[in-house]
Amino acid sequence: MSIPFTLNGTPITWDGSATDRLLDVLRAEFTCTGVKCGCNEGECGACSVILDGQLVNSCMVAMGRVWDSEITTIEGFRETEAFQILDRTFAETGAVQCGFCTPGMIIAAACLLQRNPSPTAAEIREALSGNLCRCTGYNAIISAVDRAAKEGCRP
Amino acid sequence: MDSISKSVVKLDHGPKVRGEALYAPDHPMEGVLHGKLLRSDRAYARLLSVQVPELPEGYVFADWRDVPGENVVLLILEDTPVFATDTVEFLGDPIGIVAGPNEAVVDQILSKIQVEYEDLPPVLDPETSETIFFDYSHQQGDVDQAFAQADRIYEETFRTGYQEHGYLETNGLTAIPSDGKLTVHGSIQCPYYVHKALKKALGVEHEAVQVIQDVTGGGFGGKEDYPSILACQVAVAALKAGRPVRTIYSRREDMAYTSKRHPSRSRYKVAVKDGRVTAMDIDILYNAGAYTTMSMVVLQRGVICANGVYHIPNLRVRGRSAKTNTVPNGAFRGFGAPQTFFSAEMIMAHIATDLGIDPLTFKEAHVARHGDPTSTGGKYHFPVPLLEMSEKLTREVDYWNKRKEYDTQSGRYRRGIGFSFSFHGAGFTGSGERDIIKAVAALQKYPDGKVEILTAGTEMGQGLLTTFAKIVAKELHLPLNQIIIALPDTDRVPDSGPTVASRSVMVVGELLRRAAARLKAEWVDGEAQRFEEKFQEPDFVIPFNIETFQGDAYPTYSWGAHCVELEIDTFTGEHKVLGAWGCYDVGTPIDMTVIVGQMEGGLLQGIGYSHMEQMVCDRRGCIRSNSYSDYTMPTSADVPNMGVMIHVEEYPEGPYGAKGAGELPIVGIPGAYISALEQALGADVHHIPFSMEDTLSKWTEVQTL
Repeated sequence: MSIPFTLNGTPITWDGSATDRLLDVLRAEFTCTGVKCGCNEGECGACSVILDGQLVNSCMVAMGRVWDSEITTIEGFRETEAFQILDRTFAETGAVQCGFCTPGMIIAAACLLQRNPSPTAAEIREALSGNLCRCTGYNAIISAVDRAAKEGCRP
Repeated sequence: MDSISKSVVKLDHGPKVRGEALYAPDHPMEGVLHGKLLRSDRAYARLLSVQVPELPEGYVFADWRDVPGENVVLLILEDTPVFATDTVEFLGDPIGIVAGPNEAVVDQILSKIQVEYEDLPPVLDPETSETIFFDYSHQQGDVDQAFAQADRIYEETFRTGYQEHGYLETNGLTAIPSDGKLTVHGSIQCPYYVHKALKKALGVEHEAVQVIQDVTGGGFGGKEDYPSILACQVAVAALKAGRPVRTIYSRREDMAYTSKRHPSRSRYKVAVKDGRVTAMDIDILYNAGAYTTMSMVVLQRGVICANGVYHIPNLRVRGRSAKTNTVPNGAFRGFGAPQTFFSAEMIMAHIATDLGIDPLTFKEAHVARHGDPTSTGGKYHFPVPLLEMSEKLTREVDYWNKRKEYDTQSGRYRRGIGFSFSFHGAGFTGSGERDIIKAVAALQKYPDGKVEILTAGTEMGQGLLTTFAKIVAKELHLPLNQIIIALPDTDRVPDSGPTVASRSVMVVGELLRRAAARLKAEWVDGEAQRFEEKFQEPDFVIPFNIETFQGDAYPTYSWGAHCVELEIDTFTGEHKVLGAWGCYDVGTPIDMTVIVGQMEGGLLQGIGYSHMEQMVCDRRGCIRSNSYSDYTMPTSADVPNMGVMIHVEEYPEGPYGAKGAGELPIVGIPGAYISALEQALGADVHHIPFSMEDTLSKWTEVQTL
């Protein structure tokens, strides 16, 4: 079937099966390789994207669900001003180690700051708790998001 | 603070944060076949036949018959086959590989392959195994006499479970055959290990194999030995197909069939006289799994660390590593030490409590001092700052007041605070650096004045590209942007050894610093210049003899002190970590942000190991906890209050005083965690991970006594 949706601001009509997974389609057909596959079952958040303003694991989204939706991946978000702030604060706190969780983490942070521009540390921890990181112990990531919020990051 | 410790933006930050960095699965698939492994579905069996259906065009099946060299994955020993031949030795043992252009078709072919087995009785319990891969003993003093003269003798047994590395990126490699050459690139911790294994399995010369690291999504030891195995398999498939083949493991495949931390059992018998420990007699058993892989050196580190940080004048340690028909266990951050450190910390705490002494006071009275002999008759050549570190840490976290407060509690929620010490012997165990690794590192200066770092050191998130570049830039008085450093390619870099054992900054970083010093002294503008440095054992080292297990097992040590405060819900068994803190001496931090990041990450992995990371192997020898759903790793919400303090004892043989760092934080944390739990429970604990269910049943047991 033909499924219309918007990917990173560009309207698209995609031909394929409604049961294909968004993650696979993004990576294989739109070269969105910043969207990572960590677990394939909605546990790790490495494949996080924004679907109509909501944070979703793209490995758990069927293409049929994407109909008429707006999808933002790291490839789109990295072109925004809000990203520039998160990029800088992630660099300052050393929030990126192996980097495999990072694009998903950035997307989760963007979603949080969209709905809550001044989150508490506990709210940041809660909002990112669906995104696993095995390297950092999370402190640096939480500090980076906290700093970005204080610097006026408004995705 | 040394100026080099001032943090910089990591060299690999930009592409990673922007999602532009290409990891193993991110390279284009055009012209590349999907490779998937056919695995044994039983733990131990004779392999009678493998019936492969007729394959569609463009698809291949390869097994041991297709291995052009020896059907052996050269790790330390040569018992791991590329593909099973006569028997399968664990559930998941690779039998063959199917490769082809369409992943779904590859899956269909795999499901149609008929394997005929003759079942054999598997050995799943290392205690009943008759195959002991490795058996080491070492002794100091007169243990029997110390026991004969003891006031009290304590005997306890400790167990530790599996731990899964849980790197966010699973194992994945691509093999590309071309004219007379085979290239493998992917998620790799040790390119030259992979290179050596490929040479043997393919039966080719050095130049016929090239190994390149892709951006790698975490390792923690899990990509130390395993990629050598996978590389041989993917390479065989690529050669048979005459096309590039890529294998990217699913999470479930990665968790069920790749290496983990060795489960262990440690039996401690301890003599106490006049309130002091006079002797320890320790028997250690590690579950190696089906093949030896890294078990030899993992066990060596385990037995060397069996007395923890304590000076025990009479010490006897025996360690064995037993074969079982389970997934082979291998390298994991800490490399055999976390198991015995946990046991040593707990037996010391239990004896203290029995003697009516606070565990920390008792431990402090026994810690080794500068100049003391080590467990293997070597020497602590440099200051041992543990007492200063415990002083700093206890003050920072208000340990003594809390410890006293939590001694009297009532109600549903109970709290505890615990303390532990640890060290990490930095670098390869024993004479490995001198006799086996023989590291070489090089600097290439170009006519434009830029300098390229050439080592086999891999970046897995630990910050190595950045720390290496900082060392060279500082020595050359050049800005960081004049230094070039890329992920290793064996066609271009010398063998500086594997990126393991917290050795890279201390050993290879120092070779780079020396090469940079020579380059600076002999710098000629406008010319290309190259300088190489080779490892030389420092003069002060008492040479280690692997036969007698005597001498300096490590040239120096990094030190750790940990504190954990937690609360348990006695109705549900839930744990809430109120705080977790570490004070670490890793010598001069080459970059403070990098070091703090390593310490925090390791600390949280250690908390996972202590409590929530349960990995179950069932009676069929099948790893059941094979997904992130079944195997719970800490999230950002689990330990909100975590702090790291840095203490610096410079190591004169390390670059600017740096020592090994990466593994240290995980080694000691279980001792602090379980000590805190014991105070909350009012009972002794003898195993990790200690789950919610364990907590609840222990609480019930304590209440009914």
